[in-house]
Amino acid sequence: MALLEIKDLTLRFGGLCAVNGLSLEIEENSIRSLIGPNGAGKTCVFNCLTGFYKPSSGDMLFQGKSLLNTKPHIITYGGMARTFQNLRLFKQLSVMENVMSGMHCRTSAGFSAAVFRTKGQQAEERRIREVAEECLDFVGIPDKKHYMAKNLPYGDQRRVEWARALATQPKLLLLDEPAAGLNKEEKARLIDLIARIRDERKITIFLIEHDMGLVMKISEKIFVIDYGIKIAEGSVKEVQDNPRVVEAYLGKEEQEDAV
Amino acid sequence: MEQIKQKEKNLNPFETAVEKLYELFDNTVLRYSVLALMVTFLVYLPLSSSLFTQEIMTNMFFYVVVCLGLNIMIGFAGLLHLGYAAFFAVGAYVTGIMSATYGINFWLTLPFSMVAAIIAGLAIAAPTLKLRGDYLAIVTLGFGEIIRYTVRNVGITGGAIGLIGIERPVFFGIVLDKISHFYYMFFILSIIAIFISYRLHDSRLGRAWQYIREDEDAAAAMGINVVSTRLYAFIIGSCFGALAGSFFAAKMTAISPDSFMFIHSVMILLAVVLGGMGKIPGVVLGAIIVTLFPEVSRDIGQYRLIIFALVLLVLMLYRPQGLWPERQFISTKK
Repeated sequence: MALLEIKDLTLRFGGLCAVNGLSLEIEENSIRSLIGPNGAGKTCVFNCLTGFYKPSSGDMLFQGKSLLNTKPHIITYGGMARTFQNLRLFKQLSVMENVMSGMHCRTSAGFSAAVFRTKGQQAEERRIREVAEECLDFVGIPDKKHYMAKNLPYGDQRRVEWARALATQPKLLLLDEPAAGLNKEEKARLIDLIARIRDERKITIFLIEHDMGLVMKISEKIFVIDYGIKIAEGSVKEVQDNPRVVEAYLGKEEQEDAV
Repeated sequence: MEQIKQKEKNLNPFETAVEKLYELFDNTVLRYSVLALMVTFLVYLPLSSSLFTQEIMTNMFFYVVVCLGLNIMIGFAGLLHLGYAAFFAVGAYVTGIMSATYGINFWLTLPFSMVAAIIAGLAIAAPTLKLRGDYLAIVTLGFGEIIRYTVRNVGITGGAIGLIGIERPVFFGIVLDKISHFYYMFFILSIIAIFISYRLHDSRLGRAWQYIREDEDAAAAMGINVVSTRLYAFIIGSCFGALAGSFFAAKMTAISPDSFMFIHSVMILLAVVLGGMGKIPGVVLGAIIVTLFPEVSRDIGQYRLIIFALVLLVLMLYRPQGLWPERQFISTKK
């Protein structure tokens, strides 16, 4: 059974159809990419999956359970984590605190545990810190944990977001344009990191990306959408050779001639 | 294991002399000696000061408690609340009615005061869960006035005249009726409030509030239940206010709707913003300034409030983040 199954997903904003009858499956322990021209509805798919948008119709099954009418925090608790296209860090908080947020859904201490600082709460706090430090270590910035998030260079802020998502201990990680704004060297490290996340942590990865070099290098299978409709899926080679994909990205040849 | 102990500053351009001073305060030995000195001073103060001074200091401690309560909402959770006086009105009236009308022991009224505060907190929070910032501020402002007008027009609260004859609390056989009694009572209350604030701030719940304050969507994506976490902030914040209100009622023995006017909400908010939202010592400092400045400068006469206003204006212009704000630099805390 696939880890994630999207069935005929449709999302409408008034008359605009952002996602139109999209169906796809993501198998466990795989790396899948979702590509498409700007405004094709890629991020909308992510927003539906993580509970931020309510799909107009269709269904999404994660580990066999429907995600419809589920609040974002429940979805995260269920094992799906995401990063945002435009960084959404807690800017005024330290890097460490940012990453610690990921552990929130795996811990439970409440008001009285905090006020009386019970044994359980102390152990939990230690565990939160350990996991957060381990995640920062994993993404390669263990020495930046006391910095305020907004004072980090852009590339490092991205890494904080990945660490934060990893700290939720997900089964499926949704990366929304993880390479945006990264330089060549950072991209190379990202490719390595994505592979490590899958191989060492057994986390399935579903990513949206504009950087074709990166997509071609890491994805085992690619889904292409345009105007909310899936126009192609398959291996890198298959997608590259698909005339509809070329058309979606570059336009039709006749049109170009006409111009 | 956390081995790194040395402080690591970030590259903040606002690193000024003031921050250096506060940084000095991060030194543990210095901090505890200053605190010990202050506590000793405050414990001995009523023995050698006038009733007037004690009255002002009691009022100051009262403000410390309510400001820390409001700070949980505004400073920690980022919920701008303009009707905070309503919460201590709820506490004061619950204690007032139970004590003056039904003759119930003061200490027994406290749990009821807290329950009433929780209900009031939920009543205001439930319809405003989707509101943020300015919109929330307007609704809470209305809420504050609704409570005041309600107690003004309902029979059980004594209407515009208010309630009189609220019984003095008895503590192990001692009737607490001297101002010094209340001085110590509010002193202890403010210490408890500071303690709870600190514990909450460095806890899972406190961090969740800060995440929501920074970015609600990202917090939700990290698995934080935004709705219940915000409700918690309302409930805990209102409990602080209601308890302070109960003790206020016991101290005054008489309360009227005028004790809970909008201006009180504004003064509490002012203290929180002036001191530095979210920063506990900052908020305490703000409460101290707002209550003490008009009294200390009484010699200037009528102009003191104008001067006070000018000082505030200058402060807000040149230091909008407050006197002792949170996170000018980040220090290594274990």
